[in-house]
Amino acid sequence: MTGRDLDPTLKRLLGSGEPEIGCDECFDQLDRYVELQLAGASADELVPGLRAHLVGCPACAEEHESLRALLELDSVS
Amino acid sequence: MPASDTNPDVSALAQAPGIEEWHLDLHAEGIRGDEAVAHLHGLLLRAARFEVFRRRGSLSQLSAVELDELAQDAADDAAVSVLRRLDDFRGESSFRTWAYKFALLEASVKVRRRAWRDREVTLEPEHWESLAHAGPGPDDDAENAALLEAVRAGIRTALTPRQRQVLVATVLEGVPIDVLAERLDSNRNALYKLLHDARRRLRAHVAAAGFPEVNE
Repeated sequence: MTGRDLDPTLKRLLGSGEPEIGCDECFDQLDRYVELQLAGASADELVPGLRAHLVGCPACAEEHESLRALLELDSVS
Repeated sequence: MPASDTNPDVSALAQAPGIEEWHLDLHAEGIRGDEAVAHLHGLLLRAARFEVFRRRGSLSQLSAVELDELAQDAADDAAVSVLRRLDDFRGESSFRTWAYKFALLEASVKVRRRAWRDREVTLEPEHWESLAHAGPGPDDDAENAALLEAVRAGIRTALTPRQRQVLVATVLEGVPIDVLAERLDSNRNALYKLLHDARRRLRAHVAAAGFPEVNE
C-alpha cells in the first residue's frame, strides 16, 4: 500500500495485501526463520510470506519476538 | 518488552554441551529415554518461564507462585506436543530452537487466555461502529473522511457475518486470536484465514470505492 499514511487501525483492518502464510505454517517455519535471522541470512527471501504474516497476526508476532529474544539470551549465557 | 528478560529462575538452565545429541534418546526406552524426557522438560520449562516472565504485566493479579504454575502447565503441555511430533523435526533448525517454540506457544496462549478469562468478549457486529473513533481526526481532509466511510461501508456490506465478527473482535476490540478461537470453539489458524479473507474483501471494496492504492 503506497501513497497514503493510513491510520494504524485502518492498516490493521485492511492488511498489507502481500502474500502471506497462515498461523500453522508460521509455527512450522518459525524456528528456521529465527535462526536464519540471527545468522544474518536472508530470512524473508528463504521463508517467503512469514514476515507479512507477522505483520498481520499479533499472536504469532509475539511468539516470534519471544523466540528470538530467548535465543539471544542463550547466546550470551 | 520488560527492561530485563533475564529472570534468575530461567537463567539457571544454561546451555549444555552436546545439546543436539541427547534428543535422539527421546525415542529410547528405559533410563536413557527417561533422562532425555527430563532434559527436554527442563528446556521447555525454561522457555515457558521466560515467556510468562515477559508477559507478566498482563497478569498482575497473579502471584509469583501462580505465574510459575502457569509456566509449569505450559511446559507439561509443550512436552506432550514435542514428544507427539518428534518425527516432524527435520533438522532445519537446532532441536533446542524447535522445542522452544512449542513452550513459547503454550505459555503465550495460556497467558493471553488467563488475562482475558474474566473479560467479556463482545461478539456483536454492531461494535464495528467504534471505527468512527479510529479514523482521521477533525483536521483531516475530505478524502480521508471518504476513505473511512468506504472502510465502514465495506465492513457493513462486503463481509460475511462471521468475517465481520472476527475482524471487529480482533482488530477493533483487541481480542487476542487465541481467546476468540476459544470462545468460538475454533482455532487460531482457521480464524486467521477468516481474518485474511475479510481483509481481502475489504480492500477490494475500498479500492472499488475510489482508493485503489489499498491494493497496491
